[in-house]
Amino acid sequence: MRRLAKRREAGWAAAILGALAALALLPLATRRDDVLNFVFLILLSITLAESWNIVAGYAGQVNLGHAAFFGLGALVARTLWIGGTPIVLAMGAGALVATAFALAVGVAAFRLHGAYFAIGTLALGEILRTTVGNVLSEISTLPTATIGAYRLSHRYYLALGLAAVSVVAVAALGASRIGLGMQAIREDEEAAEASGVGALRLKLTALALSTGLAGLAGGLFAYYHISYYPSHPFSPHWTFDALLMTFIGGVGTLQGPVLGAVLYVFLKEYLALRWVDFHLLIFGALFIAIVLLLPGGLVQAVARARRLLAR
Amino acid sequence: MLAQQLLLGLLIGGLYGLAAAGLSLVFGVLKVLNVAHGELIMLGGYGAFWLVALLGIDPFASLLLVVPLSLLLGLCLYWGLFGFVVRADEETRIKNSLLIGFGLALALHALAVRLWTADERSIVTPYGGAVWSVGGLSIPLVRLLSLALAFALIGGVHLLLAHWRWGKAIRATAEDWQAALLTGIDVRRAYLLAFAIGTGLAGAAGTLVSIGYSISPSIGLEWTLKALIVVVLAGLGSMIGTFVGGLVLGVAEAASAAVFGGPYREVVGLIIFVVVLVVRPRGLFGR
Repeated sequence: MRRLAKRREAGWAAAILGALAALALLPLATRRDDVLNFVFLILLSITLAESWNIVAGYAGQVNLGHAAFFGLGALVARTLWIGGTPIVLAMGAGALVATAFALAVGVAAFRLHGAYFAIGTLALGEILRTTVGNVLSEISTLPTATIGAYRLSHRYYLALGLAAVSVVAVAALGASRIGLGMQAIREDEEAAEASGVGALRLKLTALALSTGLAGLAGGLFAYYHISYYPSHPFSPHWTFDALLMTFIGGVGTLQGPVLGAVLYVFLKEYLALRWVDFHLLIFGALFIAIVLLLPGGLVQAVARARRLLAR
Repeated sequence: MLAQQLLLGLLIGGLYGLAAAGLSLVFGVLKVLNVAHGELIMLGGYGAFWLVALLGIDPFASLLLVVPLSLLLGLCLYWGLFGFVVRADEETRIKNSLLIGFGLALALHALAVRLWTADERSIVTPYGGAVWSVGGLSIPLVRLLSLALAFALIGGVHLLLAHWRWGKAIRATAEDWQAALLTGIDVRRAYLLAFAIGTGLAGAAGTLVSIGYSISPSIGLEWTLKALIVVVLAGLGSMIGTFVGGLVLGVAEAASAAVFGGPYREVVGLIIFVVVLVVRPRGLFGR
């Protein structure tokens, strides 16, 4: 059973990476900025959703303060990059800061379990957002010279690489002993501890991986956007987006967040043409339906349909 | 000047208490953590706003319509959504209700933006500017009346829980639902009533917020957090305690705004919240 699941997971990893490789040719095929921007959003969303999926899907800890780490990554990367550091190094530094902060607060935060962890991290994210908004209230705009040298394709390829890294990371995690331990914690933390799983250590590992990826995604956002308020990447809607995409696709699976992200961005952009935020009404309702009726999301729906057809 | 700020903090603190009372009742009885509570407050605020604007009734009198409508909304939400959650064991119940409340919050927010735009609104009262000056302090009468009404409502629910037949059933269910079931209490009905009363309290809070302060579709998260902070401060099981917790938060916010500057008003409550949570990770929502 497990070997079968593993093989299917590897198949999905190959398929997703194949699709990403094909997307590498897109800038050669089209020069339309709107298309590249659209795919960029999907790639950023995949990274964000997979990063949230590690801590929430695999380790079962619903982190509602995820935006704080996305925001920290953006803040550090943007500052260093505008100061002259190469973007890849700046993003790495952003990810490091996000992870370090996560580990610093993680020990205390993991004293909380289940829903208490969720609301505790939500409050933590809001503390950071408000503070950053108060300290850095000026809009951050790129210097004119940087805007002149702006190339969308650079952002696009960086996003593509990051999405591939996040997919490989989650695939490797799912197949590893550590990943199994995390899933054991998700199912029953006490039972996992009793059978020798170091719960706190593994939860911190999941948090570090998750926030590191979120920090990188934040750095990418800082590299992509020409001007935004520094508190914007700290906004809870980044967390909410990641949560919706992951749950609708299939929480705790490799392919779920990818499917969720693609569907989410497509519908969001399509619906925004006639009604801003209409997608939130639909996805909010869809999300409730999934929690009540189909906890495995689209992935489970597909598996069920397949089983019905095979009969 | 400081005394004036603290006074204003005390006045809004009454509304924090009222906002938290509904959340506390629902969480204490159903073990359902409804994070859409702030959105229910927002809906109550819009209900009052439109009643006043379209029917031209007195803002405070709109409570007489908003509260029954909110009770009805609570019944619908329980039948349609949260009633499905209470079948699970306690831990799953809290987690799933959190997620459902979350989806509900997003959907209600999007709906409110569509229906009423993202603009901030508040009810203009004919007596809105009236101020009562006592010993150098000026007390806005509308907010004072709001505080008094918040206390009256919470006191009313307290009396209901203490003396009404179903109120006692609700308390027994909160204490131990299995034992309550064994003594012949219709636990499902107690859940339904508690959820409806909680929503009614949210509607009342929303009405008072739109009279003394302002509403917009996006106030939901802020009010949910305020309510959560108060619940953490006050614990469960006492309506009057929740009201006092609200006053404490209001004064603490005002004091911190005076010390660190206005923009940090929000941060203090959140820090208290996180610290109390972490120091008392499990016993916190206990009584």
